[in-house]
Amino acid sequence: MLIYYYDKTFEGLLTAIFDAFKLKQHVDQLLVEGDVEPLFVDKVHHVITDNRKYERVQIALKKRLSRFSLRQLMAVWFSELPESDLLIFRYLHKLFKTQNAIETDFADPDILAIRKIANKVSRECENLRQFVRFNLIKNPDTDSKAEKIYFAVIDPIYNALPLTIDFFYDRFADQKWAIYDQKRQFGYFYDLNKLEIISLNDDLLVNQKINDAYLDEDEKLFQKMWFRYCKALTIKERINPKLQRQYMPRRFWHHLPEIVGDKP
Amino acid sequence: MSDNITKKLEILAESAKYDISCASSGSTRKNSQGGIGAAHRSGICHSFTADGRCVSLLKIMLTNYCIYDCAYCINRRSNDIPRAGFTPKELANLTIEFYRRNYIEGLFLSSGIIKNADHTMERMIRVVSLLRNEHRFNGYIHMKAIPGTSSELISQAGLLVDRMSVNLEIPTEENLKLLAPDKDHQTIYQPMRHIHQNILENREDRKKFRSTPKFAPGGQSTQIIVGATDESDQQILQLTSKLYKRPSMKRVYYSGFIPVNSYDKRLPVTKDIPRVRENRLYQADWLLRFYEFDVNEIVNSEYPDLDLTMDPKLAWAVRNPHYFPVDINRDSYQRILRVPGIGVKSAKLIVLARRHRKLNLEALKRIGVVLKRAQFFIICHEMRSFKLQNASPEYIRLSLQERPLLESQQNQQLVMAL
Repeated sequence: MLIYYYDKTFEGLLTAIFDAFKLKQHVDQLLVEGDVEPLFVDKVHHVITDNRKYERVQIALKKRLSRFSLRQLMAVWFSELPESDLLIFRYLHKLFKTQNAIETDFADPDILAIRKIANKVSRECENLRQFVRFNLIKNPDTDSKAEKIYFAVIDPIYNALPLTIDFFYDRFADQKWAIYDQKRQFGYFYDLNKLEIISLNDDLLVNQKINDAYLDEDEKLFQKMWFRYCKALTIKERINPKLQRQYMPRRFWHHLPEIVGDKP
Repeated sequence: MSDNITKKLEILAESAKYDISCASSGSTRKNSQGGIGAAHRSGICHSFTADGRCVSLLKIMLTNYCIYDCAYCINRRSNDIPRAGFTPKELANLTIEFYRRNYIEGLFLSSGIIKNADHTMERMIRVVSLLRNEHRFNGYIHMKAIPGTSSELISQAGLLVDRMSVNLEIPTEENLKLLAPDKDHQTIYQPMRHIHQNILENREDRKKFRSTPKFAPGGQSTQIIVGATDESDQQILQLTSKLYKRPSMKRVYYSGFIPVNSYDKRLPVTKDIPRVRENRLYQADWLLRFYEFDVNEIVNSEYPDLDLTMDPKLAWAVRNPHYFPVDINRDSYQRILRVPGIGVKSAKLIVLARRHRKLNLEALKRIGVVLKRAQFFIICHEMRSFKLQNASPEYIRLSLQERPLLESQQNQQLVMAL
């Protein structure tokens, strides 16, 4: 069994595919530097990320693949699923092995798997667009207390925030907002001009919820209005909680004012 | 003050909820300089209520006072329900506040009829123009056109909103006259025609001058109540397909009849909402729009009603065994699309994938074909023999129909209490 070690960056992955072709090797497993070596390893190769190598692969990729397929590969990368890197590696290996286009060969398990994972990730992006809920808060920075920011907390299963940020950037262009990914401990802040990556370290979040002390005076009122509105909109003769959960999975509920309502 | 608004919001949401349409699709608009919001081409559902329906737009009535007395409507004049009304400014502000929190995609504005159609329409237009011009709102707006509105007001409204709709409610004129004596089909079709003509003219104009503002870029939609009157599925679907002939008609919604005014003797007494029938009608609607079916293939004088125990595509396939087998590796996209168990997505994947290699059952399964249904109708590499020949239509019908339905079907029949 042949194992490649690399640095868990996309550039590193592209360098690895370069090395595999250069050395004419068949790679069985990709590991990150520092991982424990499995049993029965015959050979180990350490990939050193190299600008020249990965740029060559990048150029070849742009030549060979449509923009749609490139986006799919990016989505699979951002899924952060175990072995998603090996899947991309195998896909690229298949791509460069032949002169023919392979993008639509859906009878091939790897190509279909790429499509399926990419669909799952884009589903998660859609979920973010649907269920991000902004709360109007006072800026936790003490020197600019008067500043109001629309703030949202999320915990998506895939790292979908970087893939959807353009949507929020376009839509909410005239308000200051921030979206924070609790799971991955990073977020974006928009200050009417540009986006910047932020991290939180103060008491803004208590028990994974926004600290009430920071909420704007009217915020609770609008949340209550939205809760009462959604309740009024329900047709009682047609109650169907299973259908509701199917479209709006439970894992989003604790951030939604229409579900949490006026419970503390 | 704010309690007052919450109260109004509740009352007017109660009144608006029986409108099924909630799509926010069909229109793309980028954010303009300094404005708020954008419209997303495929629409976004921001929430789902406990009945499983999506909340995409702030679906609300400007007021639920109404001069009409339609039997099927919760807001009819003779009903004793709490009444309220928003001022255009209140409603516009509320929409913006909700939008900024990403609760909604935009506004769905409807209204009870006060004084007359034109007066009501003018008030609705005031809300929308506040949003578009003062708040510089670029989100989605769906507006009801009140039956009987003058064409000037329609042209004015269409330039501000994304989608317009006029609800047909009752498919045949005589039944409409019975249940809603104040309305007639003439006043409903008139605004529909105006919207359609305006959209077509606007398209021509936009070919000449790209800067011409768009007229209702999301087209128009309508709604039909199912089960309140005695129309057959054939009548409903014939009407639907006629409506879809106009390219501006994007959606026809079917609303299973809910007895909100059960005291009215003109309405049927029902135990339950005809959910299955509603579902079958939507399936037939999809066949018309995406599967290139003709309405007479789905319902005709021989089969005037849809089969409640199986979906209309399977029902058609069982009735037309001579059409099959379909060869997955050879036949055209259109033919593959007709196989039960293969949808638009799988059909497209099949057509793409078979260029690379012959597809076998394993590959079809992985692509997402429902082999349980499809196996009777296809042949492919590895499965050369054709199962339908060995199985009678009756056998397929029995093995594929949805069993629990058969039992509940008896409870669902409508009783006309006249």
